[in-house]
Amino acid sequence: MGILDKHHVLERNVTLLAVFAFLVVTIGGLVQIAPLFYLENTIEDVEGMRPYTPLELTGRDIYIREGCYVCHSQMIRPMRDEVERYGHYSLAAESKYDHPHQWGSKRTGPDLARVGGRYSDEWHIDHLRDPQAVVPESVMPKYGYLERRVIEADHVAELLATHRLVGVPYSDAMIENAAADFKAQADPESDYDGLLERYGEKVQVRNFDLSPEITEADALVAYLQMLGTLVDFSTFTPVASR
Amino acid sequence: MADQSKKPHQDPETTGHEWDGIEEFNNPLPRWWLWVFYATIVWGIWYVIAYPAWPLVEGAPAGYKNWSTRANIAADIAAAEAANAGMNTRLASAELTAIADDAELNGYAISAGGAVFRTWCAQCHGSGAAGAKGYPNLLDNDWLWGGDIAAIHATISHGIRTEEDDDTRYSEMPVFGDILEEEEIVQVANYVVSLSGDAPDATAVIAGEMVFMDNCASCHMEDARGDREQGAPNLADAIWLYGGDFETVMQTIEGSRFGVMPAWNTRLSEAEIRAVSAYVHQLGGGE
Repeated sequence: MGILDKHHVLERNVTLLAVFAFLVVTIGGLVQIAPLFYLENTIEDVEGMRPYTPLELTGRDIYIREGCYVCHSQMIRPMRDEVERYGHYSLAAESKYDHPHQWGSKRTGPDLARVGGRYSDEWHIDHLRDPQAVVPESVMPKYGYLERRVIEADHVAELLATHRLVGVPYSDAMIENAAADFKAQADPESDYDGLLERYGEKVQVRNFDLSPEITEADALVAYLQMLGTLVDFSTFTPVASR
Repeated sequence: MADQSKKPHQDPETTGHEWDGIEEFNNPLPRWWLWVFYATIVWGIWYVIAYPAWPLVEGAPAGYKNWSTRANIAADIAAAEAANAGMNTRLASAELTAIADDAELNGYAISAGGAVFRTWCAQCHGSGAAGAKGYPNLLDNDWLWGGDIAAIHATISHGIRTEEDDDTRYSEMPVFGDILEEEEIVQVANYVVSLSGDAPDATAVIAGEMVFMDNCASCHMEDARGDREQGAPNLADAIWLYGGDFETVMQTIEGSRFGVMPAWNTRLSEAEIRAVSAYVHQLGGGE
């Protein structure tokens, strides 16, 4: 009797079956997943990437809370029609500080991977308040309440610390100054030198929602206005083998 | 796979497996299924040779087709650019005012410009270019910063009040809520509304004209017909960007407006900007 005739041993012992099934899945997982962590051509380091500022990260949480990802993807696929409509195709490195990533797979609305700078802040506020006022064909719901919900910076340091726990390189100084940076980014009259020093000169400091308080709309628009703007594609040369 | 139809009915062999008295027949697999199964095995072997499949120590072998997503899209874009290169070069080097006289170039520019407009401009200015509250109508004869093709081209290239562009069009109306008394604002709002309609309080118009001459005429001109050098709108033509009713005019004077348009020279090529300039210029209001 060859080894193939012994299958009834596994088939009649459920514990043994579970152990062997686990072994088989482990081998498959190791072969498929493990190489992604060490193969040089799957890990691309791109200049310009930085962690989200406290205000942007809060905006990102609002984006997730409101389920924006249900209708909007953040992944420009490498196809000519997509590149012509949305801009340079997305790079893996551009989502490296996203936990979880917002690639999505369904587009009821347009892709937002490079929406940053494409519209004015005022347009975003008008559009969130009443999408049909600016785009009559739109089926997007209204999000006017975001500009009425004032947010405090009470928990933003913990938010950053949580993201550090999963690998985002927030420094101690970033976490210490999270609340101050949060407020500074939405107030062009404030002293925001520290914010620029920690997150880079390209951080956009504006009163995004044009109202005196810091609201959820401020955070969301700050997030939307930086999406896809970190990598400078005038100097980026894609390596074809990746 | 024996043909059993000609034989008298009989049970096929069993596999020898037996659970609690239940035995398993050893029926042949359907032939179509078996051949599809073999075909997928052959296809699988071919795929592994043709495309990157096996992650090895240094990386996955490229496969004999040397396939790369990035190379594919680069080739796709290069092919499209090469196909349009002749017209785009002509467009980018032509005299702006001469585009309209060259029928072939003009036809190309308007079609290409229409596509650019629907992709990048329609979200604010509307798919028919009729604009929305706060976003100018591009079909009419009223222009904030000029309506000849050179002015349109400059506006699209550098945007309006775009921080990042040094050549952007810039002006800023003061927040008169901080400068004038409430009574003066009511008066001047009545005056501005009276220029193209009926003021709600006709008695305030005369006083409002005084306030206008002292505070507003330097940009909007004494006849209130505006100044394109500063993007100061014409207030006498009954065309309104934010609304010409008394309430909205009050809001505009008290809180000012600061409309922003992005600079497109960072996202679009010169030929694309010229194409969309030609498209907007021929929509109806071009000068």
